[in-house]
Amino acid sequence: MIEKLFGLVLCNFAKLLTGVHPLWQGCKPEAKLRVYFANHRSHGDFVVIWAALPAELRRQTRPVAGADYWLDSRFKSWLINEVFHAVLVDRRPDRDGPDPVEQMAGALRAGNSLILFPEGTRNTGESLLPFKSGIFHLAQAMPPVELVPVWIENLGRVMPKGATVPVPLLCTLTFGAPLTLTAGETKAEFLDRARNALLDLAPPAN
Amino acid sequence: MSPDYTLFDVFAAVFAALAVASGVAAVLKWRLAPGASGAVIDNLNARINAWWWMVGVLAVAFWIGEGGIIVLFGLISFQALREYISLTHTRRGDHHALIWCFFFFLPAQYVLIATHWYGLFSILIPVYAFLLLPVSATLCSDAERFLERAAKVQWGLMICVYCISHVPALLTLEIPGFEGRNAQLIIFLVLTVQSSDVFQYVWGKLFGKRKLAPAISPSKTLEGLVGGVLTSTVLGAALYWLTPFNVWQAALVALTINIVGFFGGFVLSAIKRDRGVKDWGTLIEGHGGMLDRVDSISFSAPIFFHIVRYWWV
Repeated sequence: MIEKLFGLVLCNFAKLLTGVHPLWQGCKPEAKLRVYFANHRSHGDFVVIWAALPAELRRQTRPVAGADYWLDSRFKSWLINEVFHAVLVDRRPDRDGPDPVEQMAGALRAGNSLILFPEGTRNTGESLLPFKSGIFHLAQAMPPVELVPVWIENLGRVMPKGATVPVPLLCTLTFGAPLTLTAGETKAEFLDRARNALLDLAPPAN
Repeated sequence: MSPDYTLFDVFAAVFAALAVASGVAAVLKWRLAPGASGAVIDNLNARINAWWWMVGVLAVAFWIGEGGIIVLFGLISFQALREYISLTHTRRGDHHALIWCFFFFLPAQYVLIATHWYGLFSILIPVYAFLLLPVSATLCSDAERFLERAAKVQWGLMICVYCISHVPALLTLEIPGFEGRNAQLIIFLVLTVQSSDVFQYVWGKLFGKRKLAPAISPSKTLEGLVGGVLTSTVLGAALYWLTPFNVWQAALVALTINIVGFFGGFVLSAIKRDRGVKDWGTLIEGHGGMLDRVDSISFSAPIFFHIVRYWWV
């Protein structure tokens, strides 16, 4: 109960602070099994994607988050587990726990859509970092899933890494056309295509 | 006539005009073959509906009084500045400067109106913000495109806060023989300049042929400009009884602020084109963002303020 309320308050706070204006450019908000993949500049990123989704889709959409960051305090671990129902993955290459791709595929099989940041970490510069390979392995493991690119504009400026006071700018989320893995596509080709699909949604650099 | 009655009459007349406009738009929509896509008519209806809201909010603020008007224009500045900075490129190093803009200079400018401190009101942003903001940006040690970034932030603060704040600042002027009626000056300014936008739209849609400057604003035509400015100048002259002006003075002032207001929309269109967008935002259905609605006001308000202050105070 308190978790639901807290999630609602957080969503509305994000909308009030940033306007959260969704542009469904390449697809409609439909109850399909999807992986929304977005650029990552701020901790608020998955909150605004969440807030931009219609309520009925929001309930069945889970963010994918790094366990190392989110489990280091009790409040953060409550927030990410109970409020956001995140799929927590171990980002370390020498992990001995479950395989992240298997964890994400499991959540999809259970009927949840995912929010994924394929850059793997927050980008403090411009443009996009190279994509980690997880999204390719996920597309391979779950071929019917639609991969929807989402460009988040401005949130990195509202609350850049290290800032304590947010600037009330307006954020726009552009949802692009869904991608699926094509037959015979290599890992490098697919990651390149996915990254370009996301970059195409960005407004002209200036 | 007591000022309260005058304001009441003016708002009643504006609501009546909106009712006529809504009626005409409804007839236009009805006469359009059912099923035909009437994007222009739908947009017209959306615009008129938004006008009901905007005039309604304005009416509430005027009913509250000076405090209501100052707070309303403070909020308008806030939303306009949000839209402006959202579309303008800034870097991590500008974060502190932006915090100063939103949370210090914007409220301070309006507090100075509420306290009638004209001296500081007129220099806070052009002098003190102008000096302090680049200092704050240099402290973040990022020199990349420094001049461009500093200019953009200062420009936004001037257009969205300094210029727009001259609308409620009209309340602070002490005009002999006009005591207690200053709110009418705001009505005169807003009605004249906004109706000029509306008449330019109507004349342009009905008779517009020669494009004025397609590279800057694809919808502005010479016929729209001349017809719109002249029509609203006549309206301004007819509203002389709201002001300390006589009929001819009212016409001349209206003509001046309409022309300046037109260029306000024109200059801000150039910024939008440069950024590759059609509207500043999506706040007001049919109109775009706040800044799309107040662009002409932001240019004409300081000019109107100075005209009144120089010749009538």
